[in-house]
Amino acid sequence: MDGTILHFDNLTLGYDRHPAVHHLDYVIRAGALVAVVGPNGAGKSTLLKGVVGSIAPLEGKIRLAGIKASEIAYLPQQADIDRSFPISVFDMAAMGLWQKSGAFRRFGRDGDRRVVEALDIVGLAGFEKRPIGTLSGGQMQRSLFARLLLQDARLILLDEPFTAIDSATVRDLKRLIRRWHGERRTVIAVLHDLDQVRADFPETLLLAREQVAAGSTETVLTPANLDQARRLTEAFDEEAAVCGR
Amino acid sequence: MYDAIFAPFVEFSFMRRALVGCLALSLGATPIGVFLTLRRMSLTGDAMAHAILPGAALGYLVAGLSLGAMTLGGVIAGVAVAILSGLVARTTVAREDSSLAAFYLISLAVGVVIVSMRGSNVDLLHILFGTVLALNDEAIFLISGIATITLVGLAVIYRPLVIECFDPGFLRSVSPLSPVAHYGFLILTVLNLVGGFHALGTLMAVGIMILPAAAARFWTRDITHLLIIGVLGAFLSGFVGLLLSYHASLPSGPAIILTAGAFYLLSLAFGPDGVIMTHLRPRRHLEA
Repeated sequence: MDGTILHFDNLTLGYDRHPAVHHLDYVIRAGALVAVVGPNGAGKSTLLKGVVGSIAPLEGKIRLAGIKASEIAYLPQQADIDRSFPISVFDMAAMGLWQKSGAFRRFGRDGDRRVVEALDIVGLAGFEKRPIGTLSGGQMQRSLFARLLLQDARLILLDEPFTAIDSATVRDLKRLIRRWHGERRTVIAVLHDLDQVRADFPETLLLAREQVAAGSTETVLTPANLDQARRLTEAFDEEAAVCGR
Repeated sequence: MYDAIFAPFVEFSFMRRALVGCLALSLGATPIGVFLTLRRMSLTGDAMAHAILPGAALGYLVAGLSLGAMTLGGVIAGVAVAILSGLVARTTVAREDSSLAAFYLISLAVGVVIVSMRGSNVDLLHILFGTVLALNDEAIFLISGIATITLVGLAVIYRPLVIECFDPGFLRSVSPLSPVAHYGFLILTVLNLVGGFHALGTLMAVGIMILPAAAARFWTRDITHLLIIGVLGAFLSGFVGLLLSYHASLPSGPAIILTAGAFYLLSLAFGPDGVIMTHLRPRRHLEA
């Protein structure tokens, strides 16, 4: 299944008519491993929210090519998860099987096995019965990755997955991302650590509301481009005129 | 012993009816209460209970003390407030709590105006404090019917509802069922409050919903157990409360809620996650 999976056509996303992503034209190929990079306020998270449909475009559109919305998995920057909720690590990860089990279908022994396996892969073997309230930040992120893994999605969106996570956890989770890449899944991750991006992500989209540069990582992450990105992301202009483009 | 505990129920049919009513309420309302507390919406139950008033009062104005009319009115008013506040919260900058507060206050004021326009204080007391000792067949069928609908309804939306409580963003990203879980749950809440107000009154209906559920939280960290302990606690409160009201000539609704309150305070003090046990837990920590 080669070809494209996601098209941004003259896409403008924003809040209160102010654009956060401005006239973006870009195509993501199926199986790509893409880092989205840019200063704070560059519209990176907004772009992912647009893809999952939690905000509607102000202009232009996002086209899914040969993929259903249910085949997209999304890890938000700050999931609105209730950490005090009485639920075990196992049950939380098991939610990832939703597409298989839905609201009613039986979970079965196969489901149990897959959840245990996923927790093992993210390094949480033996944590099945722990209430999620007792997990550390890194362990929580690992269990969220287990849930992502079980979602078995073709397009995986990660919004700053490594923020406030220690290096050992980052290493393990990156191994998982490489595994997804090897399985020809498409992964788009919003990241801040440019060294990480250079090391692991062949393709980069540098955003500063507008697209500054995109393509192979080494040609995108040049000092000149990064400098331009910084200058483009000025403060939000309350009196901005209507965009003529 | 027998005289104190069983004789009142054996001798008087109104006590048996009240007990059946309490059982039905425990089975329906308390599981709803468990989910309300899990969603940090305990006070929503209270607000919704007030929101029901104008509908019930309108039903009363139109048809007198008719169970059907008051029930229908209450359900319509409650569901309207739930849906309006949900819509406002989901489409504007307002949060669910502030929009719910706004709509229920309007609703309550309308209700009080309607009640005061016609009807005596006795009627107002009936609406506010219920009549658990005077449940007729019609009322018992209504409450049991609501309990049945609730249990079936919760079974149907259980999985999405748990995820909606825990991680609503995730449910929205994998399934279109999020609004079904949210509004389905609110409608069940309204139904149970309406059922509760026939037995215990609008103000007390929330008590049987929330108190046992809040108490259960001190005994377990598992949702299934929360539901079981909540229901058992609620039924026990009904049973003991009825006996209290019988022997001490207390009004029955408040007696039941006070018993549930005692259950809550005891759980708060002595439950495994309660105040005392938390302090008695060995100071020495484990190896890993």
